[in-house]
Amino acid sequence: MINITVGMATCGVSAGADKILGKLKGLAGSVPQVSVSATGCIGMCYREPLVEVSDGNAVFLYGDVTEERAERIFSSHVADNKPVDEWVIVKDHASGEEFNYLKKQVKIVLRNCGVIDPDSLDEYIDRDGYKAIKKILAGLTPEQVIEMMLASGLRGRGGGGFPTGLKWKFAGQSKGPKKYVICNADEGDPGAFMDRSVLEGDPHSVIEGMMICGYAIGASEGYIYCRAEYPMAVRRLRRSISILEQKGMLGDNIFGSNFSFRLIVKEGAGAFVCGEETALMSSIEGKRGTPKVRPPYPAVKGLFGKPTNINNVETFAGVPWIILNGPEKYAAYGTEKSKGTKVFAIAGKARKAGLVEVPMGITINEIVNDICGGIKGGKKFKGVQMGGPSGGCIPAALADTRIDYEEITKLGAIMGSGGMIVVDEDTCMVELARFFLAFTQNESCGKCTACRVGTLRMLEILERIVAGKGNEEDIPKLEELAQYIGKASSCGLGVTAPNPVLTTLRYFRDEYMAHIRDHVCPAHSCAALVKFVIDPDACTGCTLCARGCPAKAISGEVKRPHIVDEARCVKCGKCFTVCNFKAIRKD
Amino acid sequence: MLNNTAYRFFSPEVAASRTRKSDVIPLLQKVQVENGFVPVEAIHEISDITGAAESDIYSVVTFYKQFRLKAPGKYLIKVCDGTACHVNDSMLLLDVIREELKVDECNDTTDDGLFTVETVACLGCCSIGPVLFLNEDVHGKLTAQSVRKLLKEYRRKAQG
Repeated sequence: MINITVGMATCGVSAGADKILGKLKGLAGSVPQVSVSATGCIGMCYREPLVEVSDGNAVFLYGDVTEERAERIFSSHVADNKPVDEWVIVKDHASGEEFNYLKKQVKIVLRNCGVIDPDSLDEYIDRDGYKAIKKILAGLTPEQVIEMMLASGLRGRGGGGFPTGLKWKFAGQSKGPKKYVICNADEGDPGAFMDRSVLEGDPHSVIEGMMICGYAIGASEGYIYCRAEYPMAVRRLRRSISILEQKGMLGDNIFGSNFSFRLIVKEGAGAFVCGEETALMSSIEGKRGTPKVRPPYPAVKGLFGKPTNINNVETFAGVPWIILNGPEKYAAYGTEKSKGTKVFAIAGKARKAGLVEVPMGITINEIVNDICGGIKGGKKFKGVQMGGPSGGCIPAALADTRIDYEEITKLGAIMGSGGMIVVDEDTCMVELARFFLAFTQNESCGKCTACRVGTLRMLEILERIVAGKGNEEDIPKLEELAQYIGKASSCGLGVTAPNPVLTTLRYFRDEYMAHIRDHVCPAHSCAALVKFVIDPDACTGCTLCARGCPAKAISGEVKRPHIVDEARCVKCGKCFTVCNFKAIRKD
Repeated sequence: MLNNTAYRFFSPEVAASRTRKSDVIPLLQKVQVENGFVPVEAIHEISDITGAAESDIYSVVTFYKQFRLKAPGKYLIKVCDGTACHVNDSMLLLDVIREELKVDECNDTTDDGLFTVETVACLGCCSIGPVLFLNEDVHGKLTAQSVRKLLKEYRRKAQG
């Protein structure tokens, strides 16, 4: 029997995996003993589309597959038992050119991602699926389950890092006939996609985690609040839930026990602030997603005024593993205060961008250099941005820091939900801070004045600086505003909004000063502060840039290198985008 | 009954409890999927169905980015400006698209009603950035050149 699987998460599909799946299915149609199926995110987004061939002797992972390559893989490897070695990137999960990417990873949350067909309940069950909930229903009390969660040391993976067991304990202690479990799948941090990958690749693990939580706190109803921008995740969740309902694994008296549990998927409507738990609950209730003042905490008074426990996708996905393998085994990974593993979505300038799951305590350097192969194009590693718009930038000089909630917080950043944006020498840190602030400014719900107006004032200052019009008083002004906003905002969005500015000021102050004092952007990125220059060796004299220039600043003869007249240039960057020969340089 | 915009989604479940305000957002979403936007009549109807005040529904529509009160073009382009796309020059891409289609932030739809251009915070395809969604299709690793080609392709497709 030969099994062929194709990575069909959003990133795979956008790279053309659906065509390859169709092609392989067509080829295998008439061949006995060959099965072709889809799977979720294999994690190596940088080599998509990915095809795995398990031929009974070994498992071969092929990268950068095209339709033509798929044909040859089929005719040579599948039909003729001759693997196409030059396209194999990992063999038997143990060797091959991309094996380094996997070597330091430990897959707990991602245990099934890229392995099973996410739409197949049977495949999930084959890999110990729904065994944890069965084990619990057969003989563990809710208190015992909560004890196990406490012992595992699992902390909320949405970013806050609050101990999950403790959260469950509080919700369990609240009295009342009706309680709710909510899965926060409103993954809004730009640059983070681990929750999407889990929902698309292994929806059942999240559902099982929620069932376990429901049992532990005494809730019979759960909501999954999923971002509207993730249509595939929503579809897969809905399909999985309806299959479970048909089989009687969701609903009344699950597995013949007294435990009943129902799940409802709610789609978000595009508001970042709804990732905040009280705003999320308002949104489920059908209202504007504005946060409420806590206390009362959701564990006491949450959704529809009832006690509610809310965790994020990654937290729930790890729960069944902890129950089955024991909390000690989970707690064996990690540092003293941060146990287990964490999934990171690596993006930006890393050579290998994708999804990685690593034990806590690993260093940032190990992730960026050992796993992700350093920086694209041999550029210089400048730092990482962690925790999205609420997080901060950690410079390369501090990249030996261990991944640990407290260690990261000490540096002024936060663990966050797991987005890790790698930046290189070409990324301007002032512009990056401006980008994040523009984001939070735009997403502020408008309730607290400090957040609504304060972030706008900060943004104006940053816009001035990147335009080369800043002055030296701007920096203390930014710091002062940051303090007020942090103190006078009610929810996490406002409190943490200044973080990207504060950390870049802390570690990259010289870049701010270069913009302000010398009117120079050291990364050659801010358009207002760079010179557009034509490389005479690369320019073919096609005249495209000269014809497109709105300021008529480019001149030259046909088929001869052109030049930019700096005095007339308005720095719109149009020439840069039209050139087909990469002859325009930003200096 | 007005244009029957939202009533069609009047499920028995909703009918059983006419005051379920928590159905406001799902109903708006269904209307938007069907029409591409939320017509004013739908707000009247949803108010009638759920018991929520029209003003509250309007405030919900304007709070969430997903809802549009105007009809979009045949092709809705969502340019991702998440962090990963941003550091890979997504704004340059947006400039190119807007210039090619002669639209801007306020007038986001082309005169021929073919394209609407929006930005979106993050589509979660960060490792293949910069990306955009064209209706349901994802296009990744875009450059100024490839995005121009893409627009041409769709324009040709629309002209048959």
